[in-house]
Amino acid sequence: MLWMARKAFYGHVPFPLVHIDTHYKIPEMIEYRDRLTREWKLPMVYGENKTALDAKQTFPDGNVDRITCCRLLKSEALKNTLNGDWPRYRFNHEADEYQVDKDTEAYTGVIVGVRSDEEGSRSKERYFSPRDTENTWDVGDQPPEFWNQFKTDFAPGTHVRIHPLLDWTETNVWEYIEKEKIPTVSLYYDQGEGKRYRSLGCGPCTHSVESTAKDVPDIIAELRSGKFANIAERSGRAQDKEDGGGLETLRREGYM
Amino acid sequence: MLENMNVVITGHVDHGKSTVIGRLMADTGSLPDGKLEQVKANCARNSKPFEYAFLLDALKDEQSQGITIDSARVFFKSEKRHYIIIDAPGHIEFLKNMITGAARAEAAFLCIDAEEGVQENSRRHGYMLSMLGIKQMCVLVNKMDLVDYDRKVYKSIVRKYSRFLRNIKMHDVSFIPVSGMEGDNIASLSDNMSWWKGDTVLTLIDKFKKEKAPDDMAFRMPVQDVYKFTAMGDSRRIIAGTISTGTLKDGDELAFYPSGKMSRVSGIENFGGENPDTVSSGMATGFTMTEQIYAKRGNLVARAGEKQPQTGNVMRVNLFWLGREPFVKDKEYILKTGSERVRMRLFDTMKVIDASNLNSDGMKKMVERHDVADCVLTTQRPIAFDIVEDFPQTSRFVIVDGYEIAGGGIIREVIRDNQAEYRDKVMDRNLKWDIGNITRDKRSEAFGHRPSLVLVGGPEDFRKAQYAKSLEQRLFDEGNKVYYLGVRNVLAGLDADMTVKRHHLYPEDREEMIRRLAELANILMDVGIILVATVSELTYDERETFRMSVSPIEVQTIWVGSTDGSDVEADYTIEDAGTAEDHLETVVKLLKDSGVGK
Repeated sequence: MLWMARKAFYGHVPFPLVHIDTHYKIPEMIEYRDRLTREWKLPMVYGENKTALDAKQTFPDGNVDRITCCRLLKSEALKNTLNGDWPRYRFNHEADEYQVDKDTEAYTGVIVGVRSDEEGSRSKERYFSPRDTENTWDVGDQPPEFWNQFKTDFAPGTHVRIHPLLDWTETNVWEYIEKEKIPTVSLYYDQGEGKRYRSLGCGPCTHSVESTAKDVPDIIAELRSGKFANIAERSGRAQDKEDGGGLETLRREGYM
Repeated sequence: MLENMNVVITGHVDHGKSTVIGRLMADTGSLPDGKLEQVKANCARNSKPFEYAFLLDALKDEQSQGITIDSARVFFKSEKRHYIIIDAPGHIEFLKNMITGAARAEAAFLCIDAEEGVQENSRRHGYMLSMLGIKQMCVLVNKMDLVDYDRKVYKSIVRKYSRFLRNIKMHDVSFIPVSGMEGDNIASLSDNMSWWKGDTVLTLIDKFKKEKAPDDMAFRMPVQDVYKFTAMGDSRRIIAGTISTGTLKDGDELAFYPSGKMSRVSGIENFGGENPDTVSSGMATGFTMTEQIYAKRGNLVARAGEKQPQTGNVMRVNLFWLGREPFVKDKEYILKTGSERVRMRLFDTMKVIDASNLNSDGMKKMVERHDVADCVLTTQRPIAFDIVEDFPQTSRFVIVDGYEIAGGGIIREVIRDNQAEYRDKVMDRNLKWDIGNITRDKRSEAFGHRPSLVLVGGPEDFRKAQYAKSLEQRLFDEGNKVYYLGVRNVLAGLDADMTVKRHHLYPEDREEMIRRLAELANILMDVGIILVATVSELTYDERETFRMSVSPIEVQTIWVGSTDGSDVEADYTIEDAGTAEDHLETVVKLLKDSGVGK
C-alpha cells in the first residue's frame, strides 16, 4: 500500500501514515516501520490505547479475552486516533523521534489494505466503505459500486474506509513484491528452522507456520501450488477463531 | 501463468445458482479434501437430503478454515484460467448487490429453472447485464431432471429467452441444458440428455473470450488530479489519471474537454524506474506538458487527430434506478462520469421500462426503484463525455441522490440546445426522435459531407427554381448528395389540404406550410443530404422557423431577384435575376466556405 502511494504521488506521500500500535507487535515490525519512516522521510503517525495498556487490560496480561483485547488495543485505539480524541504521535524527522502531534483534527478517510480473500467478512467489503460516527459497518446495506464509480459523498461526522487491494489475492501481493522489489521484514521467511510467519500481528496471538520458503519466489511457489494453496493466510491469527466469527464481530465495530 | 477471469452467475431466486456452482466445484475436484463427505455426513445427522448448494453455504460459514469462498465469490481453476465466480443474489431486494458483483465480471452465466421457465428476474438480470456492458453470456437451463430431460421444454425456453435477448441487443449468447442437482452437463456430458452434444459448463467457461484491452481505440483519460509538489521541492506539474481507452505517446498533441484547449506531452512520468515512451488503457499514469494550460479534475483528455469526445449539457440517456426515493423532475442530483462531477436535473422521461417484462410506459414521469428508463438529463454546465456507440467506457455515468449512488446509465446522444429561445415544440420533437443505428455523424462520414439546408428565396416567379436547379446540378456534379425541392411539390402533395388562391395561401395556412416544410427539411437533414429548397417571399420569421427546426445545422440563404419589401438579410443576393447563372461559381464557393458540400 505504501509502495503504491509513493508510486501514485511520485515519491511524495501527501497524507499521514497511521499505525495503531498495540505495543505487542513483534519487535522487528516496529523496527521496519521506523527504518522506512527515516529512509523515505514519511509522515508517520501512531496511536495507542494508553489507558488499557496502563491498566493492563490486555489478553497477554491475562485480564481480558482475545476479542476484548483486540477491541481495546485495536478498534478503540483506531477509532479515537482517527477522530483525534486521543493523542497521536508523529515522527519528527529533525528531532528523530515521535512527538505528540499538534494536529488533532478528525480524519475523514482511511486507506486500508484489507483483501476479500482474507476471510469471510472482508469478502463482503466495498472499495469505498462508509463508516458511521461510531465506526460501525452496516454490512447488510452497502453502497453499489460499478464502472469505477464509488460512494464519495458522506454525511458530516462519518468517515470512509478505502480498500484499493480488495480484489488482490495473497499470491498477487507477493507477485507485486517480487516485481517491484519491495523491502519486507525477514519474519516472512524461513531462517533455517522450518518456520516462518505468513501473516503478521501481535506476538501473543500470531503463530508461525511450518514452511521452508526462504525468499519471495519460494513463497509464490508455495502459494500457487504448494502446501498453502488451500489454507488461509490468516489461519495463524487466533482472534479469527474466537466465538465462531471473531473477525466479523470486530469488523462490524470498526476493526480493519 | 494462467489467465484470470471474473464470471458472474445470475438468475431468478431459487433457479439453482448455488447448486450449479457447488456441483461444478465438487465434480472438478476443486473442493478441499473431505469437504464433500463432511457436508454429506452433516445432512445425514440432521436427516435432511443432501444438496450441492449446502456445499457452498458450508464453505461460506467456514471462513476460518481458510477456503477462499464467501457469499459473493468462489475461486475456481480450469486448465486454462483462474476464475473468480461471483455468486450474485437473485432476490430483487439485492439488485444493487447484483449490479456491484456483475459489474466486475467479463462474462455471465444466467440460470433459468426448466420447470418454472423465464421469470421476472431472469429478464431483469439479463437487461442489467446488457446495460452494464457485459457482452458474453451463457444461459443455463437448469433442473432439467424435473422435466424428464425433455428437449422440447429446453427448446421452448431457448426460443422464448432468445427473443427477449434479441430485444435488448444481447447477441453473444449460448445455452446449455443442465441439472445442478444431478450433475448433468456440468463437468461432463450427460447420458440423460443424449440429444445434447454441445458444451458443458466446464468446457464453456473456457470459451468465454478474454476482453481485449481497448488500446486501439481513441485516447481518453479523465483527469484525476493535477499534481504540484512545489512545497516538496519538485517543480513538475503532472496531469494524473487512469487511461480508459487508447494509447498515449511522448510528444502527442492533446485536447482537454469540455474547453478543447490544446497542449503537448513533454514527458510521461514514472516513479522508481525509467519514464515510459508509451502508456495505454487501464494504466494509471501522469504526464507533463509543454504549455501549461488550465486543466483540472473532471476534464476529459483526447488526442489530436483521433475522434474527439462530445460536450454538452443536455443528453439523452438510458438509466437504471436503485434509489429508495424515485428519480424525479424538479430535484437536484449530482452526475458523475469519469472524474467529472456536476449538478444535474431530470429534464424529461421519454419512457420508463419495467426490466422484468420490457413493458414500457411513455406517460410515467418519474423513475422508480428497479425501473429502467429512457430520459433526458440536463447538467448545470457543459461537460465532456462520449456516446455509448462510440466509446462505452466514457459514456457511463452514475447519479448521486443525497450521499448515495442511486442510479447509473449510459449516454446515447447529445441534444444540442445552446439557444435560450429554443422552442418547446422543437425541443419536444427532438427529445422524442427515435434514431436508427446510423447517426448523422456516420452518414456524414459515408457521404463525405455534412447535411445542409440552402434556402433560395425571392419574389414569386420562375427564376428562383431555375437557379436552385442549376445549383443542385453543380453540387451533384461535384459528388454531393443533393436534392432540389420546389415549394410547388409540397403544395400539391403534403399541403393538398390547403387552398391556394392566386399563388397564395391564407396566412395561417402559410404558417403551417412553412412548419411542414421545415419539418420535412429536418428529416432530410437527418438523411444527410444537401437540400436546396425554394420559398417565395421568404420572411425573416419563416427563416427562423427553419433554423430552429434543423438546428444545429446552419441555414444558408440565397436571394434571387428584387429585395423590395423583404426583411431577410440573405447570405448572398443576386438582385438582377437575369444574371443569376453568372453568380453560380461565386455562390458555390461561398457555400463551400460555409461548410456546404465537398
